[in-house]
Amino acid sequence: MTRGSLIWKNLTRSRLRFALTLFAIFIAFFLFGLIQSFDRALNAGADIAAANRLVVSNKINFTQPLPLSYVNRIKTIEGVDMVTHQNWMGSYYQEPRNFIFGFAVDPESFLAIYADDIALPPEQAKAFINDRRGMIAGANEARKYGWKLGDLIPISSNIWEQTDGSKTWELVLDGIFEISSVDTPANGIYLHYDYLNEARSFGKDSTGTIVIATQDPALNDEIANAIDTRFLNSPFATETRTEAAFNASFIEQLGNISLIIISVVGAALFTILIIVSNTMAMSVRERTGEIGVMKALGFPAKTVFALILSEALLLALIGGSLGMGAAWLMATVTAGVPGFPLRLVLYPDIWLMSLGVMIVLGLLTGLLPAWNAYRINIAAAFTRA
Amino acid sequence: MAENISEISSAPTPLIQLRDVSKTYRKSGTDITIFHNLNLEIKAGDFVAVMGPSGSGKTTLLNLLGGIDRADAGSIAINDEELTHMSESRLSRWRADTVGFIFQFYNLMPMLNAASNVELPLLLTRLSRSERRKNVETALQIVGLEDRAGHSPKELSGGQQQRVAIARAIVSDPKLLLCDEPTGDLDRGTAAEILETLQMLNRDFGKTIIMVTHDPEAARYAKRVLHLDKGHFIEKELSS
Repeated sequence: MTRGSLIWKNLTRSRLRFALTLFAIFIAFFLFGLIQSFDRALNAGADIAAANRLVVSNKINFTQPLPLSYVNRIKTIEGVDMVTHQNWMGSYYQEPRNFIFGFAVDPESFLAIYADDIALPPEQAKAFINDRRGMIAGANEARKYGWKLGDLIPISSNIWEQTDGSKTWELVLDGIFEISSVDTPANGIYLHYDYLNEARSFGKDSTGTIVIATQDPALNDEIANAIDTRFLNSPFATETRTEAAFNASFIEQLGNISLIIISVVGAALFTILIIVSNTMAMSVRERTGEIGVMKALGFPAKTVFALILSEALLLALIGGSLGMGAAWLMATVTAGVPGFPLRLVLYPDIWLMSLGVMIVLGLLTGLLPAWNAYRINIAAAFTRA
Repeated sequence: MAENISEISSAPTPLIQLRDVSKTYRKSGTDITIFHNLNLEIKAGDFVAVMGPSGSGKTTLLNLLGGIDRADAGSIAINDEELTHMSESRLSRWRADTVGFIFQFYNLMPMLNAASNVELPLLLTRLSRSERRKNVETALQIVGLEDRAGHSPKELSGGQQQRVAIARAIVSDPKLLLCDEPTGDLDRGTAAEILETLQMLNRDFGKTIIMVTHDPEAARYAKRVLHLDKGHFIEKELSS
């Protein structure tokens, strides 16, 4: 027997209690791992942001339009290297529940400005640029719906209507892209702005946001000020932000996901904390006599303290590791599901964070029982036992 | 009545020396004096039975001798070490080296088998795993339970459990064994076996044994019987 096996024997002396407590911790860390990776996946879009890119949107809200003419006017501002624009489609495939993240863009300038982020074979890029009815789709989207190059795909919009009353655009799949800059599944579609603009019954010659590549990130503030000043007194005043700031605010429109996640995980961990603390305290109370015996045999109070604390830490580490392992398994399984919209990854920092939380949980649940065991008076322990 | 040391023992080098020991408990706002200026000497290799009515302080005496309770005044020296002012951690070390405890209700760890229960005190030593295992085997052989090493306490009879507890008490080879009603929970036959084992440990291994008991039959196995009453000792001759 070793001290380690003594800790293990004490921890597992009541199999049912051990299993139930372990299960509670398992669930907490399963949620922790999964929700952390979900949060990371959800925010991955915000990471597709180059330091030298700015996004111009309507000052009222980015859902409000901007005149297409702004594109050429912005090109003339000193320090601007490239300009493109994108118009939200509100698109879906076949049924509204098959929502697709879609934009109408100017293909040439769009692919040029996102050359480092969108991986598209050159021949497919060329086909897309030259085909007014063409579209490119993220590989994940194409996998999900079984689209192949050359397919004629009906994409509907819950915003735009054609002059003939139809809300569906027939598009040819010219390219399938991957996202090369970050580890996130390639979702969404891009079609020709001209094709949308020509056919839609309203909102002609307007666009959603204008994306700018500056010659130097150091010029960002200066250029953003110049743009916003230029359109300040027009009916379509602008707000120019870095792409990272714009993406973050776009994600925030979905609600403060991080706060929700922290709240859910925090509530789960707090509940587990109470359960495990109570279990540990109960377990030590039941063992008062045994702890008295150990002290009588010569076990110093600090050794007894360390043994009890180790039990709590071991419990948190085993339950936590199993929970994180299950979260990893779930993430791995979903990665293999065609069309699963998010790539859940348990990054090393999530593992490290979970390890920290396990240690804190172990300490918080073990300190009080360990301290009580430390203070147990031997003679009194025999009387109580 | 024998308060004077010389009246109790004439041994030149006592293992245990109590001088003017006082102990008072406070209960419901009232001070209850257990001992006042108690003196006692017990020589190495003795087997002493301590008897007395309930509340006479027998267990308190055992706790003081085992360093698990502290005297309010006076001096307690065991094996030439003064316990009175020893720190808690030093006392723990001293207990592990010098004293073996045997309790009325055995107090074995229910989740450990007999061998692991016996090995428990050895976790505090620097002995290797194989040395520990050897010591455990020896201790179990002495109490005649080598074939029960893998059994858990609930698989053993009361007498067998008490034997395991004795093996645990002697495994680190302490000089002094303190037994608190070791046969109080056993039938007459089993009690006799346990007492014979204690007698053997005293006779063949030179262990000094102090045994608290209510049972005059059990006390007959000791070399000396001390009666504790109203905080004082009375030594009685053993009748044949």
